[in-house]
Amino acid sequence: MIAFLGPNGAGKTTTLKLLSGLIVPTSGTATVMGHVPWKRENAYRRRFSLVTGQKEQLWWDLPAQESFRLHKEIYRVSEADYRQRMDELTSLMDVRDLIAQPVRELSLGERMRMELIAALLHRPDVLFLDEPTIGLDIISQRRVQKFLRSYQAEQRITVILTSHYMKDIEALCDRAVVINRGSVIHDGPVSEIGDRFSQHKIVELQFAAGGVPSDIEQFGDVLEAGSPMVRLQIPKKDVSESLSRMLARYTIDDVSVSERPLEDVIAELFSFENGPRDESE
Amino acid sequence: MRVSNGSTDLPSFRDSLFWQVRLKWLILRTAMEERLVYRGDFAFATLVRFLPIVTQIFLWGAIFRGVTSKDGSPAGDTTTELQHYRYADMVAYFLLVMVARAFSSMPGLATGIAESIRNGSVRKYLLQPVDMLDYLFWHRVAHKLIYYAVATGPFALVFWLCRSYLPAWPSGIVMTAFMISLVFGFVIGFLIESLIGLIAFWFLEVSSLIFIYMMLNYFLSGHMIPLEWIDGWIPWIHYLPLKYLAYFPAAVLLGRIPESDLPDELLIQATWIAVLLVANRVAFHYGVRRYGAFGG
Repeated sequence: MIAFLGPNGAGKTTTLKLLSGLIVPTSGTATVMGHVPWKRENAYRRRFSLVTGQKEQLWWDLPAQESFRLHKEIYRVSEADYRQRMDELTSLMDVRDLIAQPVRELSLGERMRMELIAALLHRPDVLFLDEPTIGLDIISQRRVQKFLRSYQAEQRITVILTSHYMKDIEALCDRAVVINRGSVIHDGPVSEIGDRFSQHKIVELQFAAGGVPSDIEQFGDVLEAGSPMVRLQIPKKDVSESLSRMLARYTIDDVSVSERPLEDVIAELFSFENGPRDESE
Repeated sequence: MRVSNGSTDLPSFRDSLFWQVRLKWLILRTAMEERLVYRGDFAFATLVRFLPIVTQIFLWGAIFRGVTSKDGSPAGDTTTELQHYRYADMVAYFLLVMVARAFSSMPGLATGIAESIRNGSVRKYLLQPVDMLDYLFWHRVAHKLIYYAVATGPFALVFWLCRSYLPAWPSGIVMTAFMISLVFGFVIGFLIESLIGLIAFWFLEVSSLIFIYMMLNYFLSGHMIPLEWIDGWIPWIHYLPLKYLAYFPAAVLLGRIPESDLPDELLIQATWIAVLLVANRVAFHYGVRRYGAFGG
């Protein structure tokens, strides 16, 4: 599962639209599984799905099962495969009791789960997901994440995911492609994004007695302070030196150093005026 | 990445035809189910659509009474003609135009296509292995079938009440030509409206265009008055496809088109279908290339 990240306007959704054949590029070419997407050959269209936050595959006034039946015919799924997949997907998504209910009566999260079922009924080889959890509550987000994780693990399909929720990315993806200003600025493990682009680390300290020292701010930005714990954000290059100084100066019971949350790193990465700075360079 | 599964292998021609028929049937069935969700509203709207014919019968009655009193004929003289139409012919003409328009009118088709292009929902036709025009065609067939199911009773009642105005039962050839002209009229109506809708790929908003089309359709299809009344001023009116939407089926059943001319006329009608189909395909092909896939 690949995360496709970039700031607003970087071209993430446009790239997914190109790869799914929705739009035609003014120049250049691309192939997916040997097909040029914008030729919109049926042989290609039967092998991928695009799911966006717009949720538009289902007939609004009819139960979702009617839309699923229509998808079965559109994608030429045999009756036996259809039954088996419906059984599997509705069980994984926990919507078996809802498929006979008109779509208009379903909640946003339930509709998204139905959309995902519609998108997966024909067992696509590639699944493009554009902000699939946008607008969903935390429970629905987790349910969708859990489903995608187990489905991908079982079916071994390629999933390309764009999302502004870094929780989605961290929960689902191993690899991330980060784009900005028309260039790929990172293509590698999600875990390396922090190493490469973050300029800070988080240092958490637990003091032995007397609470948090009043002069602790000299070592870094205080993110959270609640006696006897403090969380500091310290520039990467200063971490070793600051730690030695703090250990020499205060009585500290426990210390931990961690990467900043991916969300903060990405936010910082895209907020640079003149392009991101790669800390590993 | 997995290799393609068995259900997506390239099927043989017979398999392909089998799936095509199944798909069309399921689109038809699903669209009919959707239409029946709001059946109360739909039935009421269908019945209300009969009101204009009632007003037209009274209106033309008043016009003919006015003419007979002016030219000195006894009031209500049923033989008085206006441009070769007696009052009874006029009522029969409008009744048959109503039938023709029940086939050829496509409420909401062009606006629906334009709206789906504007709001991005057209993408489902581009992403899925389905032909958008084919899909919309069968969707429309479903709507029409439900409409006929609801409207047949009221249609029969109106025709029975107006039976004295109707001509003698036509010959088998005329009846067959009438039926074919209705079906062809449905296809022409569909293709013209879908073509207007597809223009939204270029302009996004086509409501003014639809309004202009509706106005022209009203005059040039024979919906307002028989085309013989205006073809002196607009001689090219018979070269347009619009006459097949209302005037032509009515004129066929009223015997105003000689039986010997019927094959040629139906051939011209079929040619218009072919021309409009090609125009739709071309518009779709180039329109999609301009499509910006707005809306996320």
